[in-house]
Amino acid sequence: MHPAPSVILFTTLSGLGFGLLFWLGVDSTPPTGWGAFAFFFIAHALAVGGLIASTFHLGHPERAWRALSQWRSSWLSREGICAISALVVSGAYGAALIFLGQAPGWLGWLGALLSLLTVYTTAMIYTQLATIPRWNTALTPVLFLGLSLSGGALLSGRVAIVSGLLGVAGLVQLAWWLRGDRAFAASGSTLGTATGLGDRGEVRSFAPPHTAPNYLMREFVFVIGRKHALKLRVIAVFLMVILPIGLLMTPFSHVLAVLAVLSHIAGVAVSRWLFFAQAEHVVGLYYGLR
Amino acid sequence: MTDLPSKTARKLGLVIDLDTCVGCHACVISCKGWNTENYGAPLSDQRPYGDEPMGTFLNRVHSYEVQPEHGPAQTVHFPKSCLHCENAPCVTVCPTGASYKRAEDGIVLVNEDHCIGCGLCAWACPYGAREMDQAEGVMKKCTLCVDRIYNENLPEEDREPACVRTCPAGARHFGDFADPTSMVSQLVENRGGMDLMPELGTAPVNKYLPPRPKDDWDDTAPLAAFLQPVAQEPSGFLNWLDKALDKLPGGAS
Repeated sequence: MHPAPSVILFTTLSGLGFGLLFWLGVDSTPPTGWGAFAFFFIAHALAVGGLIASTFHLGHPERAWRALSQWRSSWLSREGICAISALVVSGAYGAALIFLGQAPGWLGWLGALLSLLTVYTTAMIYTQLATIPRWNTALTPVLFLGLSLSGGALLSGRVAIVSGLLGVAGLVQLAWWLRGDRAFAASGSTLGTATGLGDRGEVRSFAPPHTAPNYLMREFVFVIGRKHALKLRVIAVFLMVILPIGLLMTPFSHVLAVLAVLSHIAGVAVSRWLFFAQAEHVVGLYYGLR
Repeated sequence: MTDLPSKTARKLGLVIDLDTCVGCHACVISCKGWNTENYGAPLSDQRPYGDEPMGTFLNRVHSYEVQPEHGPAQTVHFPKSCLHCENAPCVTVCPTGASYKRAEDGIVLVNEDHCIGCGLCAWACPYGAREMDQAEGVMKKCTLCVDRIYNENLPEEDREPACVRTCPAGARHFGDFADPTSMVSQLVENRGGMDLMPELGTAPVNKYLPPRPKDDWDDTAPLAAFLQPVAQEPSGFLNWLDKALDKLPGGAS
């Protein structure tokens, strides 16, 4: 799959923002006043910034409001509804903490739940696609939720649990990669099943429909990313999990905490880049490409 | 709504005969022509006379080589367009309701005024049947020439999809698969019509007829036995010339 920067930015930043909103919502002693302003501003900036980035790849962003209508069948529509609800509810919760110095706990929990649902629905947009075997697994939402929760814990300074959460997210990431590398072969789709000619012999692409690449090949066949995939995986896990845990083990300082957060964001972005760049769509079979 | 209809009254679609298709691409051109001038946004081209020309096509013809375990390889030309699946994954993923499957005839269409161009339907389609128009930013797909098949301004023989109307080999057939007596249903039954990527559960309406087995791969040309053998050794003047040339510096060839 073509790794569109807008979608990588969106899933990375929004995942982190909604993860932070979750931890702010379930906090029994939430920050108030300016402290609350800082936390909620960062969370909303990340979540909203990501959502805005995601509209950059749309052909007609001015019609984006229509995407809220098909929640009965479409995960993308559900994601839009969850994202707006989560932002409104935790926005109200944050505003109450900032201006009134207190807020009802249930409002925080509701915002937290909606934030998690948003990350889950984002993941389900990819998980539902049987055409991309690497994504088509229950491990995908686990991975997105794991990274969102650990990133949110890191941002909200939950030092007690963040190392554990990062470790778990790292293990899920490894499991997701291991499964993903075998997923296309396990899906059973080949050029033989794609053309229905497989039982007659070995099918190979003899001549493509056009001499130049087309939209389908640009969007679905992206080979460049796979060359350095292993190195990029090592870099992703190091930045996303290992370096932040290492930095958290040192005596606390704001500089190192910011470094840990930036390293985590960079690691998640690399992982997300691989998420798209390594994903193979079955339509590539028709072109003799993967 | 992007919910799929539980049942469609008719199931309009195409039968594509892989035995007959000669790979001339006439269906590609007639499709591009009709759908550029009629329903919805025109099918744009990018750099049509420059490097790497690109464009939106609703129908493309691939060519494949099938190598059986024994015998020579066979070339199969393979036109591919929207299969108007009964269980169309492209429809249910659409967040805006722009994609829909019609309950009356099963045609899968895009309402281009509602499409936001997110591309998710193209991701969900295993067959590469949907292409984002690079100029309009909306999703384009085969309409089964919905503006021809019901068009009473056209002569009756033209009320079929442009690709079917134009195919010089008669490799494309249009009809109602819900009617077991229709020509397309009969073709599927008699020729073993097949689904593409059945493992994905999309239940395509369009069917492909496999190439018929060839009579015999091993026979030689029937006139070969009657041909004079080609002279191996030259004689007469050519023989002298051959020998003379061999004696020149540079050795015999």
